[in-house]
Amino acid sequence: MPETLKNGLELRDVRVRLDGRELVAVDLTIAPGEIVTLMGPSGSGKSSLLGHICGTLPDTFDVTGEVVLNGTPLAGLTPQERHVGILFQDDLLFPHLSVGGNLAFALPSHIKGRGNRHARVEAALSSAEMDGFYDRDPATLSGGQRARVALMRVLLSEPCALLLDEPFSKLDSGLRSQIRSFVFDLCRKNSLPTLMVTHDPDDGEAAGGRVIKID
Amino acid sequence: MLRFVPILTIVLMIGPVSAGLIGTVLPAFGILPALGGTTPSLDPWQALFAQPGLDASIRLSFVNGLIATAISVAIVMLFCAAWQGTRIFRAMQRVLSPILSVPHATAAFGLAFLIAPSGWIVRLVAQFAGWDRPPDIAIIHDPWGMALIAGLVAKEIPFLFLMTLSALPQADTDRTAQVTATLGYGKTAGWFKATLPRVYPQIRLPVLAVLAYSTSVVDVAIILAPTTPAPLAVRILGWLSDPDLGLRFMASSAAVLQLLIVIAAMVVWIAGERIIGALGRHWAEDGHRFRKDSAVRGASALLALEAAGAVVLGLAVLLVWSVAGFWAFPDLLPRGFSLRLWARELDAIGSSLTTTLLIGIPAVLVAVTLVLGCLENEVRTGKAAGRRAMLLIYLPLLMPQISFMFGLQVFFTLLGLERTLLSVVLGHLVFVAPYVFLSLSEPFRALDPRYGQTALCLGASPARTFWLVRLPLLTRAVLTAAAVGLAVTVGQYLPTLLIGAGRFATVTTEAVALASGGDRRMIGIYGLLQMVLPFVGFALTLLIPAVLFRNRRGMGAQNKG
Repeated sequence: MPETLKNGLELRDVRVRLDGRELVAVDLTIAPGEIVTLMGPSGSGKSSLLGHICGTLPDTFDVTGEVVLNGTPLAGLTPQERHVGILFQDDLLFPHLSVGGNLAFALPSHIKGRGNRHARVEAALSSAEMDGFYDRDPATLSGGQRARVALMRVLLSEPCALLLDEPFSKLDSGLRSQIRSFVFDLCRKNSLPTLMVTHDPDDGEAAGGRVIKID
Repeated sequence: MLRFVPILTIVLMIGPVSAGLIGTVLPAFGILPALGGTTPSLDPWQALFAQPGLDASIRLSFVNGLIATAISVAIVMLFCAAWQGTRIFRAMQRVLSPILSVPHATAAFGLAFLIAPSGWIVRLVAQFAGWDRPPDIAIIHDPWGMALIAGLVAKEIPFLFLMTLSALPQADTDRTAQVTATLGYGKTAGWFKATLPRVYPQIRLPVLAVLAYSTSVVDVAIILAPTTPAPLAVRILGWLSDPDLGLRFMASSAAVLQLLIVIAAMVVWIAGERIIGALGRHWAEDGHRFRKDSAVRGASALLALEAAGAVVLGLAVLLVWSVAGFWAFPDLLPRGFSLRLWARELDAIGSSLTTTLLIGIPAVLVAVTLVLGCLENEVRTGKAAGRRAMLLIYLPLLMPQISFMFGLQVFFTLLGLERTLLSVVLGHLVFVAPYVFLSLSEPFRALDPRYGQTALCLGASPARTFWLVRLPLLTRAVLTAAAVGLAVTVGQYLPTLLIGAGRFATVTTEAVALASGGDRRMIGIYGLLQMVLPFVGFALTLLIPAVLFRNRRGMGAQNKG
């Protein structure tokens, strides 16, 4: 990943309110390669905070404070201009595209040439130990494979920060630790400032970073 | 660009309705410069009230419209109450959805062929009773308009049923049913007491649309209603088509009267809603459980089945007549079959199908584009259309067609667009777009918003997200909406006839024109032809996604259009 990821993701006194009620308030800086876990019960506005950071939160929410990524304030930028990747608890692979199609969708257009793009997707599949899956229907993959494709898809879009919205809660427990380390390793390897929200204490422990509890 | 689409859509809905109303109201008071009417007068009204049998025509429109609507709503509510969540309910869903695409006129012809004195039902009875000639009674065109009511009910039940279906999830019906059942209520009573009050407000607009339609229908009435006198809307069409252009003034005041009848019927209906609502609240609180409701449940299934059966059997009898050779009474089937008439009509059939598509395809394409634009705009701005906007989209369906179609024709004449394809397409669009909106809005809004969010966060532009993610995911829903739109435009009688001024012979105008002649074989052919295009449309909505996404298992779950 490029070296510009020096400053990481800063949330400067960010408060999310809905109908006058404060849902969540945070003030923290996440360094490149650091994984910060935000713990709290459901309905505590954690997901809204992630929606605000990536720019998809409806304007019915009232948000104050500043989100800064690598020195650039994100306010006013559209989601597609922010370079903030997000993974949800569902993999949300597009069911109408092949596995490779999903990955190619994420690959930025500055990577030119059919063969070149194809090779980049194949390389991503290979690093997820899924060689030869380019033409597969996403619906035919196992849960673990889908989770890995979803992560590769985000990484191919060259994000400068990664948000994880309870990403492991739908995986069965055997698979969970395996996918966790796969995701966390790649976050660190790509020096991505990563913010994870979850209500599973094991997630925070496995991430090995700061754990912030909200209530 | 996109943010202007909702406004454009509303203008295309409201514009023709208001231009049409003005074009109807002015001549009603003597003003129609093209025919020499320049000074306001009440002469048209005096001429109208001097018409013999006017009170009977008004009564037929008003009373029969209310009765047909009440029966349709009652059967649908009863059936939903008795069977929601069961296998029979899902089976009925599959039966009624295709019936929705049967044009009104086809269903009416089919019903007429079933219940007429020489129809299938009487023939069946005659087999056992030993009759050798049809009984001499008026079953269709009966003086009370009961055949008309039956025809309307058979066709409105599928519509109201499907509208109710789409309202059910929002009322949390499955869990409500569990609660009422565990509190000891019978299934039917529990539904009426706990679920209906939450479902009804959501289907109120469609119910009022059915009321407006039933009160002012023309094509079904030509086929099934009494003729001496006919319901008001049919007589208006007669006056509008009269070679004596002077009758246009009186026809206009009658069209205004028709509008007042529809409004009066709505007032009565809404008053009825209030009364039943107040009584219902007491009833809901009185604690009666009605645990044993199997008789009611059986009856409701029978009624719903009868309505569906009438349409399906009607189609069958149309098919038989269209290939019938000599068919004596009381034989159940003709002595011989022949395709001679189909062969003779082949050219005419081809040209009327072409004309139908020439109008239908542009109307459907424009409607789908507008509706997709409105819905995509909702996604991007995060604001769903409010109740008032919905009312505007529904407005053309709440108005009697005859009350603004003639005025719209006058308006298009002023613009020099009379009898052009453009004006007929615009006339159809007014009715196609609301149904396309009804069909598409629910699946569009139900699509998991995180697909779009994911695409955006992967760096895709909103346009790319729409074209490459949302639209493909909604393929089946979009095609279904287009098929619904096609069925609507194929079934349009009055807009085609009045705005096209007879220049556009579609399958429906041809079929209805045959009604007075009584040539059953020809009616069979053209009645079936009306079915062909909607049927092909719905077949394509199944076929296209199946081919496009044959290697994408996940698309089955995504695309419950």
